[in-house]
Amino acid sequence: MTAETVIGAVPARAEFRTCQYTGLKVDTAAQALIKANAVAAVVFLAIGGLMGLLVALTRWPAVHLLPADWFYLILTGHGANVLLFWIIFFEIAVLYFASAILLNSRLAAPKLGWVGFVMMVVGAIATNVAVLQGDSSVMFTSYPPMKAQPHFYLGLILFAVGALIGTALFFATLVIAKEEKTYDGSIPLVTFGALTAAIIAVFTIASGAIILVPTWLWSLGLINDIDPLMYKVVWWAMGHSSQQINVSAHVSLWYLTAALLVGAKPLSEKVSRTAFFMYILFLQLASAHHLLADPALDASWKIVNTSYMMYLAVLGSMVHGLTVPGAIEAAQRRNGYNRGVFEWLRKAPWGHPAFAGMFLSLVFFGFIGGISGVVLGTEQLNVLMHNTIYVPGHFHGTVVAGTTLAFMGATYLVLPLVFEREIVWPKLAKMQPYLFGIGAAGISLFMMGAGTLGVARRHWDITFSDANLGFAHSAGAFLMMGLNGIFAIIAAIGGIIFVLVVVGTVFFGEKIKRGHKLTFPLHAGGAAAASHYGSEKAPKLPGTMILVAIFFVCFVLYYFINWKYLSELWLFR
Amino acid sequence: MAVTPPERRIWWNEPIERVELVWIVIAFLWGLFMFGFMIAWHFIGQQNLSKEAYRIAPSAFEAKVDEFAKKFQVREEKGIPVVKPQAGADVYMLGRLWQWWPILELEKGVSYRIHLSSVDWQHGFSLQPTNINISVHPGYEHVISLTPTETGEFAVICNEFCGIGHHTMTGKIYVTDQKRAGAEPRLAEGR
Repeated sequence: MTAETVIGAVPARAEFRTCQYTGLKVDTAAQALIKANAVAAVVFLAIGGLMGLLVALTRWPAVHLLPADWFYLILTGHGANVLLFWIIFFEIAVLYFASAILLNSRLAAPKLGWVGFVMMVVGAIATNVAVLQGDSSVMFTSYPPMKAQPHFYLGLILFAVGALIGTALFFATLVIAKEEKTYDGSIPLVTFGALTAAIIAVFTIASGAIILVPTWLWSLGLINDIDPLMYKVVWWAMGHSSQQINVSAHVSLWYLTAALLVGAKPLSEKVSRTAFFMYILFLQLASAHHLLADPALDASWKIVNTSYMMYLAVLGSMVHGLTVPGAIEAAQRRNGYNRGVFEWLRKAPWGHPAFAGMFLSLVFFGFIGGISGVVLGTEQLNVLMHNTIYVPGHFHGTVVAGTTLAFMGATYLVLPLVFEREIVWPKLAKMQPYLFGIGAAGISLFMMGAGTLGVARRHWDITFSDANLGFAHSAGAFLMMGLNGIFAIIAAIGGIIFVLVVVGTVFFGEKIKRGHKLTFPLHAGGAAAASHYGSEKAPKLPGTMILVAIFFVCFVLYYFINWKYLSELWLFR
Repeated sequence: MAVTPPERRIWWNEPIERVELVWIVIAFLWGLFMFGFMIAWHFIGQQNLSKEAYRIAPSAFEAKVDEFAKKFQVREEKGIPVVKPQAGADVYMLGRLWQWWPILELEKGVSYRIHLSSVDWQHGFSLQPTNINISVHPGYEHVISLTPTETGEFAVICNEFCGIGHHTMTGKIYVTDQKRAGAEPRLAEGR
């Protein structure tokens, strides 16, 4: 089967330009689609991020900004706009980049790509309209028998189908590139990581269709009943697996950023690729994480699924946790920063916002999102924090401090390389990843703290002032929620700067011409590395070994502290 | 580089770096340990969520709870019956918009079979400040053998979003000391 039969008889008549910084051939049709998806992503980040700030300010007991009905409405919109629309628009851009651009290939059927894009935009708007009309404050999870307006579900379905089209173009582009021999040997590691993301995306979107189509029909009155337990099993095969798309995508961007900014090569292709492959095999089991406090499910089912089959997918992430900083250390030592244990890290390009975003994302994702995720997903420990605000604490560690920060960092590469505009306000851009990262890490940690003290998620009033039977959380819980509000403001300032810099650059940034010297330069060896690439030779990595050892000690201690908490609970079986 | 194809076409045969290999082994063994520890807790631990559950129509569950409350009611608080069941008895608690019903009075160190269900939307049984959190679904009656280990007044709040009154949904469980209560000998196990 040739590429032509896959996508119809389209001759290869794409227009290309050659990137002056990387030497890559850039298909202009792919470039236009990357721009459109990236811009849409940032628009929904701005909307959803603002909603997030309103949520945090309402949950700050001393501020308590929104009335209850608006709080639940805005919280529903916050989830859909940032967790789904911002992230998936950006991921579609990543898929087009990792296929067409990195493989020097033309993009398959760009017109179809625009169809998918329009469907995603229309779907995202439809769902937002449903939410803002006020009859669909069902939260992002929309658990039945709670019912939203039909166009709430229909918008999500349209969005998902649009995303599926983008994913299909990614696969088709891989076929074309192979067919037209635009690269030699295996696909690059970043493309391989994107491929894992795309494969998980197909599983995710299929699960979403299986559950959202009947739920939509139910909201139209065509189906009588949606079983709440069945809904959770299938819905979370979308809801949690879609977070695994994020993991694959942002880990790919870690490797990409490390390659472009310090000239890092994978320590070993085999290890890094196998770690990605673990994601495909096991990450989809994660819907069990949301069912650990549910009736009727057998312990053996829970244990196998919640652990991603003996933690083999966690193993994948732990391996990336070594190989990404390890590749950076090896490259930096080769770049001449060879003194002591940590000169390579001190002399890393911390003033480059793409590097700062990438490295903070790596640290926060591992230490905050990763460790809390394993603890939260342990069969028995889950009862300590199920549906408390610990849960959003955990996933703000993964999706905000991890994925969003990595995507923001990557944006500082996309702006000059794909939009061909010089970044405006470089001083603000330099600060941005730190502000946003510290804010995001803070909200994650303080929500986890409040959850440990019993504060419920998605809850308007932790003083219970209107309840018939009163109750008061501890003073510590109130303090945690206040600190959460303060760090949400820091994160919001970082988010606003990000949006301003992106909008300013896209519209007013200096157009990059041939011979232009970038404000935030790539690694000087970027072009040379293309001629002698390959795995690192016998590196010494004392700094990375120390970082990984610290991580492991934190992990083990935190794990056992939670078992101690559990053993002090009432007895139940 | 990670943005270019691997140098060697057959990259699979490249040796793995020692530091990588050591970390893979440690991480794999730690994963195995965590996996094994969940299994072990079913034997050594006292906190394992029951899977016992029955399908039940919301109206049928409501009727059972009403009957239970009538049978064991000892007083009333803010219009809600306070129910003190016999030791080891079947105990019912129902979630609905927006209350946990009825109020229970249990004894420390005594095991009860607690039946949880909802008659409308999903709710989250969250015992505070102890912090035990269990999901409650309409149509499913979940039975948990629960033994309080401390005395006092405990709140049940809802931590599954259930509409505009979600933050007003509360309930209460009192736990008293059986010795001071001086009731009849207990048949049920006291751990």
